[in-house]
Amino acid sequence: MKNLHTELKESIIEQLNLEDMEPADIGNEEPLFGDGLGLDSIDALELIVLLEKDYGIKLTDPTQGKEIFVSIDRMATYIEENRTK
Amino acid sequence: MPNQFYIQDWIKIKNGAIFNSEESVFAFSEDELNPFLKAAYDNLKLEYPKFHKMDGLSKLGILASEIIFRKNKATKDTALVFSNNASSLETDRQFQDSTKTFASPSLFVYTLPNIVLGEISIKFKLQSENAFFISENFNAELLQSYTESLLLSEKAPEVLCGWLDLQNGEYDVFLCLVSKEKNIPFSEENLKKIYCAENEKPTH
Amino acid sequence: MKNLYLLDDAIISPLGFSIEENIQAIREGRSGLKLQQKPEITENPFFAGIIDESLLNQTFSEIGATEDFTKLEKMILLAVKQILDKNINLDLTETALIIATTKGNINLLKEPGDFPENRLKLGQLGKVVANFFGFIQTPIIVSNACISGGLGLAVARRLCDSGKIKNAIVVGADLVSDFVISGFNSFQALSAEACRPFSKDRDGISLGEAAAAILVSTEKPKISGVINLIGDASANDANHISGPSRTGKGLYKSIQKVLKEASISSEEIGFLSAHGTATVYNDEMESMAFHRSGLEETPLHSLKGFYGHTLGASALIESIITKHSMLNNELFASKNFGELGVSKPLNVIRENQKQEISYALKTASGFGGCNLALIFKAEKK
Repeated sequence: MKNLHTELKESIIEQLNLEDMEPADIGNEEPLFGDGLGLDSIDALELIVLLEKDYGIKLTDPTQGKEIFVSIDRMATYIEENRTK
Repeated sequence: MPNQFYIQDWIKIKNGAIFNSEESVFAFSEDELNPFLKAAYDNLKLEYPKFHKMDGLSKLGILASEIIFRKNKATKDTALVFSNNASSLETDRQFQDSTKTFASPSLFVYTLPNIVLGEISIKFKLQSENAFFISENFNAELLQSYTESLLLSEKAPEVLCGWLDLQNGEYDVFLCLVSKEKNIPFSEENLKKIYCAENEKPTH
Repeated sequence: MKNLYLLDDAIISPLGFSIEENIQAIREGRSGLKLQQKPEITENPFFAGIIDESLLNQTFSEIGATEDFTKLEKMILLAVKQILDKNINLDLTETALIIATTKGNINLLKEPGDFPENRLKLGQLGKVVANFFGFIQTPIIVSNACISGGLGLAVARRLCDSGKIKNAIVVGADLVSDFVISGFNSFQALSAEACRPFSKDRDGISLGEAAAAILVSTEKPKISGVINLIGDASANDANHISGPSRTGKGLYKSIQKVLKEASISSEEIGFLSAHGTATVYNDEMESMAFHRSGLEETPLHSLKGFYGHTLGASALIESIITKHSMLNNELFASKNFGELGVSKPLNVIRENQKQEISYALKTASGFGGCNLALIFKAEKK
């Protein structure tokens, strides 16, 4: 089975159209927003969709996203703890 | 009344080709939208990763304005007056499809025709007048009179105006920069003439 | 630039099908927002202002065949008809038709019914309205996100300035379609309760649908009190396509430009009709721009608590209500306003007041980073 970290990186690159990027380009602890990967508020909404679609996790409070989408590491931990599929 | 304004420069994108008043800027072997947009992006060495997140209409608008503003530097008050037939219908359909499973916020944001004006404003730092008109066909009369009014009332020192249409994968772009810089007189007739010159190959 | 006089108007909305009913509802504090359930889109109920279709058909059947037109078209046709009925001598050959809408007949994308595919095109919407009444000039369609309705008035004034037209009927209209509900839901922007502009506990927008129309002219009418559009300006934030500039820089710029064109200072503005969508960021950035413009003491309201956000119609509806406020010397309370929840002080109207207004400012902001400011002047004897 593919490592969750790599799987996440691949789906983020695809979902958020991060053209010309490879999973290896994203560090596990690298910040996803701001200076790191430079994602924005629409990307954050798209990540909320990704959590629901791929892992059956529904975030109802948009501010929750801020705490989860810190880095690939943080996202992976949250998914392990809360996934329903 | 003597014509005070001129079409300083113009650009057309259609059928896999980009050309301006002087030359063919880029021509690609296939005219299919996405490969063409990607090839044009690479050819122009745009290096603007946000480009890949945009919808087709915005990508076309960014390419066209990039070429115009590389040659003619934009001011923060350069106005944008665009028009088309299909509004954002191409992306509307994609968003509608997404709602069958998970409605996509990144598609929804592009379901307004004027988003491309926002994208161009961000890229070139324009804090200017915006208007997006929908008309069945290229409406030179409206573009001419609205643009001229913005210039005469000094709401904008120059205006990038024209047509930016995308439907069923077919694209038709004609933008021109209108200013006081002497060149082709800015008139309804000249707008029509340049727009209608079907893929006219410029001759040096 | 030329003056543009605001003449007869009409609003078709959940508050009523005439301008009088709409104003009376606002005066009495009655909202058109009701709890809606759309389980196929979201499990959460939400508030929206939706026009009762059977009531609409009943009213429309007096002027046309209900099955020949879409819901939005019927709303627009009813609004325009009311204006033409009051102006039977209006020469349609020299009257422009300007229609402002964000999504037009977008509901046909999912459920086309018996309508041909091209009916969802905005150009086709213009044709249907023009043909129904016999407008000769090609309709002008403005689709510029949530400033469209107000920009329609600016477009009329600018085209009048070029001498191309003397009169125009400006229409603003949009629907609460599944399309926009899905979209705003995916943005997590829908409030669970009726929206609460500028309030501390605001948590998003409520959608609404409406059609508004107004006759505008460069010729001053021979009546004693008249409202005149004396300034218009728009400016882009150049910041983000779906979120406003945090500091409201584009809105601030549009206000500065419009004050300059109208040759008045911010202290002379007696009333401010704000955009006030009740999202956290929108209302906050408006407060920043108003404060920086010296408008923190100017009485202001948002009408979104009455109508919801009617998208392309909103800024036109709000301009029309502003016109009546100025003519009747009455300021309407901002519905659902509780405790001020923005970082800069604002004078949000809590109760209806009688007050003379010489100049009013209308502002709007929308996706794509667009902002608009209009200044109206009351010309009374």
